[in-house]
Amino acid sequence: MIIGLYNYWVVVVLMMIGFYIVIAHGNLIKKIVGLSIFQTSVFIFYISMAKVDGGTAPILADGIEQYSNPLPHVLILTAIVVGIATTALGLALAVRIKEAYGSVEEEDIQNKDNQDC
Amino acid sequence: MKDLLAVVMLLGIYSLLSASFFVAMDAVDVAFTEAAVGAGISTLLMLVAITMTGRKEHHARHKPLLALAVVIVTGSLLIYGTLDMPYFGSAEAPIHQHVAPRYINDSMQEIGVPNIVTSVLASYRAFDTFGEVVVIFTAGMGVLALLSVVRHPEDTAKIDSINHSMHEQHLILRIVSKIMIPFILLFAFYVQFHGDFGPGGGFQAGVIFASAILLYAMLFGMSTARRVINQSLIQILAATGVLLYGSIGIVSLLNGKEFFDYSALSADPVAGQHLGILLIELGVGITVASVMVIIFFNFADRRDFSPKKENKDL
Repeated sequence: MIIGLYNYWVVVVLMMIGFYIVIAHGNLIKKIVGLSIFQTSVFIFYISMAKVDGGTAPILADGIEQYSNPLPHVLILTAIVVGIATTALGLALAVRIKEAYGSVEEEDIQNKDNQDC
Repeated sequence: MKDLLAVVMLLGIYSLLSASFFVAMDAVDVAFTEAAVGAGISTLLMLVAITMTGRKEHHARHKPLLALAVVIVTGSLLIYGTLDMPYFGSAEAPIHQHVAPRYINDSMQEIGVPNIVTSVLASYRAFDTFGEVVVIFTAGMGVLALLSVVRHPEDTAKIDSINHSMHEQHLILRIVSKIMIPFILLFAFYVQFHGDFGPGGGFQAGVIFASAILLYAMLFGMSTARRVINQSLIQILAATGVLLYGSIGIVSLLNGKEFFDYSALSADPVAGQHLGILLIELGVGITVASVMVIIFFNFADRRDFSPKKENKDL
């Protein structure tokens, strides 16, 4: 059944929403929000691949036979914390751009740059 | 949506929802992290950032049609690519065939820790995690380099008086949070040291610990928080966490084992694994908590003491 692939389609839709925000909006803060959505779609992709039907959380206990795959969980756990650190770096850059150009809109920044030339 | 405050709030709600989705997918450790990071710290940082960059998006003209076309083409190609993927929840998928069975079947004998996520994170893939911790540390240093400001005493006095009057208002919030903060800190320690047995570990604990400090800083003002948390001490702590992690690897090298092979730490290999995991989770927790506090303090400082030339433009 092709419908068994629906988890990937959800991921693709979310990823494209994030991608659209990044390329269509000029506001740098919105671009960072778009990147976060893009990032979360990758998290969901990994975690949904790790799921096994009838499985349970990968914490060993008596009487449980089937566990979900722990490896993607490890990768995504660290990726989330790294993601917030890099988002903070992006926001810091946006704040500095605001101080230097007086705006976080892509067009205003380009206009100012062209005037200087 | 032109109002960035609404955008940031929606992003916070979206993060919380995805955390509950991760619980449904059995990824309890990941859900824990996402709830603490996505719905807590990340929303907070975005809010601080939009107080500095402006709340409204300008009505800049952009070409949505071209972007939409690119997005639809890319999206349909990706969906075409998924047609060969294994079905959702299938136990025969290639991802479950290679290393995963070894982790699930052998980790109890080799590591002796019930939470497989912790044993993979801190032992089997310790080198990988070390890289992640270094990335977090580097990002913290990057924020420090971009945003740190030199403070003048007269500015501090002026800001203090503003803050004082502002923070007088939220009496109920302050009293309730004052009772809550010790419990949040205690919970962070529980998550830190119970990570071997249940969901938790250094990453989550570090974020929860930092969020308690951030809550205090928000409600009692930066100057009060600064008296509790010394900025240079916290910078040293961030480096100490990374060093602690790295030195465990060096110790196992010096004992003739491989990098991050904790069986070198004790005569009994399983006891060595326990000790190693405990120590490197501690290193991770210290680094993550300090980096989060550094990032928030620098953002807040930048807002209070932004350079004077900026005021002329506005």
